[in-house]
Amino acid sequence: MRALSALLIVAVLLGVVWLGAGVAGWHAVFGVAIPYAAVLIFLVGLVWRVVTWARSPVPFRIPTTCGQQRSLPWISSSTLESPHNGWGVTRRLALEALLFRSLFRNTRTELTPAKRLVYESDKYLWVAALAFHWSFLLIFLRHLRFFLQPVPQLVSFLEGLDGFFQLAVPTLFLSDLVILAALLYLLGRRLINSQLRYISLPADYFALFLLLAVAVSGVLMRYVTRVDLVAAKELAMGLVTFSPKVPAVIGTPFYIHIFFVSLLFAYFPFSKLTHMAGVFLSPTRNLANNNRARRHVNPWNPEVEVHTYAQWEADYHDKLVAAGIPLDKE
Amino acid sequence: MAEKTQQELLQIRYTPPRQGWMDPSIDFQSRRGSWSYPAAGKNLTYLGFPNPREWSPTDEDWKLPDNWREIIFQGLRERLKKYRSLRVFLDTCVRCGACADKCHFFIGSGDPKNMPVLRAELLRSVYRRDFTTAGKILGGLAGGRELTPEVLKEWYYYFYQCTECRRCSVFCPYGIDTAEITMIARELLNLVGLNINWVMEPVANCDRTGNHLGIQPHTFKDNVDFLCDELADITGIHIDPPINKKGAEVLFIVPSADYFADPGIFTFMGYLLLFEHIGLDYTLSAYASEGGNFGLFTSHDTIKRLNYKMYAEAKRLGVKWILGGECGHMWRVIHQYMDTMNGPADFLEVPRSPVTGTVFDHTASTKMLHICEFTADLIKNGRLRLDPSRNDRYRVTFHDSCNPARGMGIFEEPRYVLKSVCNHFFEMPDNTIREQTFCCGGGAGLGNDENMEMRLRGGLPRANAVEYVHQKHGVNLLTCICAIDRATLPTLMEYWVPEVGVSGVHELVGNALLMAGENERATDLRGEPIGDKEAASDV
Repeated sequence: MRALSALLIVAVLLGVVWLGAGVAGWHAVFGVAIPYAAVLIFLVGLVWRVVTWARSPVPFRIPTTCGQQRSLPWISSSTLESPHNGWGVTRRLALEALLFRSLFRNTRTELTPAKRLVYESDKYLWVAALAFHWSFLLIFLRHLRFFLQPVPQLVSFLEGLDGFFQLAVPTLFLSDLVILAALLYLLGRRLINSQLRYISLPADYFALFLLLAVAVSGVLMRYVTRVDLVAAKELAMGLVTFSPKVPAVIGTPFYIHIFFVSLLFAYFPFSKLTHMAGVFLSPTRNLANNNRARRHVNPWNPEVEVHTYAQWEADYHDKLVAAGIPLDKE
Repeated sequence: MAEKTQQELLQIRYTPPRQGWMDPSIDFQSRRGSWSYPAAGKNLTYLGFPNPREWSPTDEDWKLPDNWREIIFQGLRERLKKYRSLRVFLDTCVRCGACADKCHFFIGSGDPKNMPVLRAELLRSVYRRDFTTAGKILGGLAGGRELTPEVLKEWYYYFYQCTECRRCSVFCPYGIDTAEITMIARELLNLVGLNINWVMEPVANCDRTGNHLGIQPHTFKDNVDFLCDELADITGIHIDPPINKKGAEVLFIVPSADYFADPGIFTFMGYLLLFEHIGLDYTLSAYASEGGNFGLFTSHDTIKRLNYKMYAEAKRLGVKWILGGECGHMWRVIHQYMDTMNGPADFLEVPRSPVTGTVFDHTASTKMLHICEFTADLIKNGRLRLDPSRNDRYRVTFHDSCNPARGMGIFEEPRYVLKSVCNHFFEMPDNTIREQTFCCGGGAGLGNDENMEMRLRGGLPRANAVEYVHQKHGVNLLTCICAIDRATLPTLMEYWVPEVGVSGVHELVGNALLMAGENERATDLRGEPIGDKEAASDV
C-alpha cells in the first residue's frame, strides 16, 4: 500500500511531464525553468540543512567505541575503530563514507530449531549499497561531459573505463546496468523482507521509485529512443553558461529524464537523502575517543541543584559522629 | 520468578504483523512482566520533578497535566536546539534495516517495535509531523504522526524497554545511537511525570544519602566493617579502610551494590585485598558513596547533579586523583560526561601509580582511572604476587558490559587481568563480545522484578552465548565489570544456564593474591573451598 502510493505519485509526475513537455510543448518550462528552480532549491535547501545541523551544538563527546581505547602503552589501541585523535577520526569517517564500514559489519540473526542464536555475516545490503552509490557517482561524473567544454580528461577516462567492454552500440555502460540492478535489489528487499516492509515508509519507496525513474528514463533515452546528444549538450551548456536556449529537436524522453533529475535535486534537502551529509556530522562517528585526556566543553553547561557535602554532613551529623567518621564541623 | 517456561519464551516470531505500526494501543494489563512500575510521588517531590502523583500504567487516565502536549513539544523544540545528535539522528535515518535484528529485546521478543529503527520512529514520526516542512504539508504520507495519548503511552512502554546499550549504533551506517534517542525521549517523558520508580528512587536516594541504595553513612561503615571481618576470617588479615580521610593520595569510588549485595561484595573484598597488598594510600567516601549514576537513565541535568559529588569530594578531601571500581554505566558517565559537566578537575593531579610510577596520560584531564587499568599496570610490572591456581575451580568467560565496551573501549585490560589470575579462560563467540556484546537485559533502570519477562527475553542473546561456552568448554563462571550485571546476570543465569555463576573481575584477583602474612586460605572469597573443582552453580 505504501509502495503503491509512492509509485502512484511517480506515475502522476510522469504524466505531468508527458503532458507538459510532450503534448503541450512547454519546453522552456521543463528544459530551463524547472531545472534552474530545482538546482536553486537543492543548493539553498542543502546549505540550510547542513547549517541547521552544524549550528546545533555538540554538548558531549559521545563516540561509539568499536575497538580498544588508547590507555596503557603496551596495549595496542584501535586507532580506526576507537580513534584517539583527529587523524584517526578522519580515517574512520573516510572509511564510513567511502566504503560503508559499519554496514560491512552487518549480521543476520537466526534462532535455530535447536534454540541456538546464530549471527551470520550478511553482506548483501553492503554490496548493494556500495554498488548503487558508486555507480551513481560514476554516472554523475560521466554527465559532466554535457556541462563542460572541453570535456576534462578525467571524465573521458571514466567513460572509457565504464564502457570498457564495448558490448553494444552505443557502448553499454556497466554503471547503467549496476545501478538498475542495485536499485531493483534495494526495492525488492523492502517489498519482500517482512521486517523491512514493516518499517518502510512511503518516502522510502518514493526515493527508490524516483531514482529508478531517473535511471530508467536515462537508459531508455540512451539505448532505445536515441536522444540527439549534440542537442542535449547544447541545452546543458546553455544552462551552465546562463544563456539557456531550447534546441528544436530533442524529444520528450529527454524532458522526462531531466524532469525526474530536477525532482531528485529539489527533493534531496527535505528528505532522508541528506544522509549523505549527515554521516559527517554524526557525533558517534566524528569525535575522538580521547575523553579523559582532553576536556570537551558544553557551550550551554547548565547550573543544577546539588546536595553539597555541608548539607549532607548536617543531615547525618549524629550518625557520622556515632560511626566515628571524621567531620568538617565538629 | 517468571511464570513462563523457557519453551514458552522461546516461541519467538521475527515476522511482524500485517497491519502497520502507526496506530498504537498497548494493553498494559496483558503485558505485565514487560514494563516497570511508575515512580512514587514522594521521589519526584523530593527531587523537584514535575507532576508527582500515584498512578499506574493500567489506569485509563494517567493524570497528565492538561497541557502535556505543549510541554512535550516545547521540550523537544528546546532539545533540538541543544543537541546536534538528536537533530542529525532524527533527520538521517534511511530505514535500511541494518539495526533491526541487533537489539537484544527484539531478538528475545520479536516485538517489531523493539527494532531500534522503529523505537526511534516512535519519536521521529512525531518530529516529522510537527517539526519538518514535508510533514506539516503531507502528514501521514511523509511518515508523520500525531502525538495522541496512545502515542505517549507507547513512548512510555518502549523507551522504558531500551537499555541504552548502543549495540545498534555499532551497526548503523550513520552511527545513529538509540541510547541518545531514548535518553532524550525519557527527558521528555519526565517533563510530564512519566518515569519509573526503579530509576527515580535510586536517583532520589543518591542525591540524599550519597548512593542509590539509600545507605546512610553509619550503615556504610557497618557494611565495610562486615566485609573486612569476612576477609579476616578467610585470610587472617585485618584491614580497616579509611572513610572520608583527608589527605589520602587516592579517592576510591565504587558502585554501591559492591558493598551491599552478593556477588558484588566479593568484588569489593578483592579491591580491599589488592590495596592492602600494594599498601595504597586511599580513602573511601560515605558522601561520594556511589559510582553509578541513574541520572544517565533520567536526564542530562540529573547526571550532572549526581555526578557532582565525585569531584566535590575529591577536592574537599584533598586527594591527588580518583580511582573507580567496576561498574558499567558509571564508566560511561565518567568517561564521556563527567569532565564536561563538572570539570575541569584542575585541583587534581594526573593519576600516577605510586607502585609502578606509571603516569596514566590518557586520563590527564578527568584524573580518574578505571581499576582494571590500574591493576593491569600492576600485573604487567610484576608488582602483584599471584597464584592463579586458587581459581582453578572456575572455568571463566568474560561478558563485556555495554557501556565500558561501546562508550569507552575497555576490552583488553580486564582480559589481561583475568588471564593473569585464572588458568581457564574462554571467550564467547565473536558476535557476542567486545563492541558487539549483548546487554544483560536489565540495564538503564530496567533490572526490576516486575519487568522480569522482558529482562529474561532481553538477556536471551547473552545467556545463549554463555550456554554455548558452558556446553563447549564447561564454563561455570561469567565475569563482568558492571554492578548492574552482577545484580541481573545471576537471575538470568539461574533461568537459562543455572550451572553458571557470576562474578566481578577483582573477586578473582582477590582470590589469587598471595598476601604477606596471610593464613593458608581454606576457601575463596565466597567461602567455597579452594581446590574444589565442582561447578559453581549454587553461587
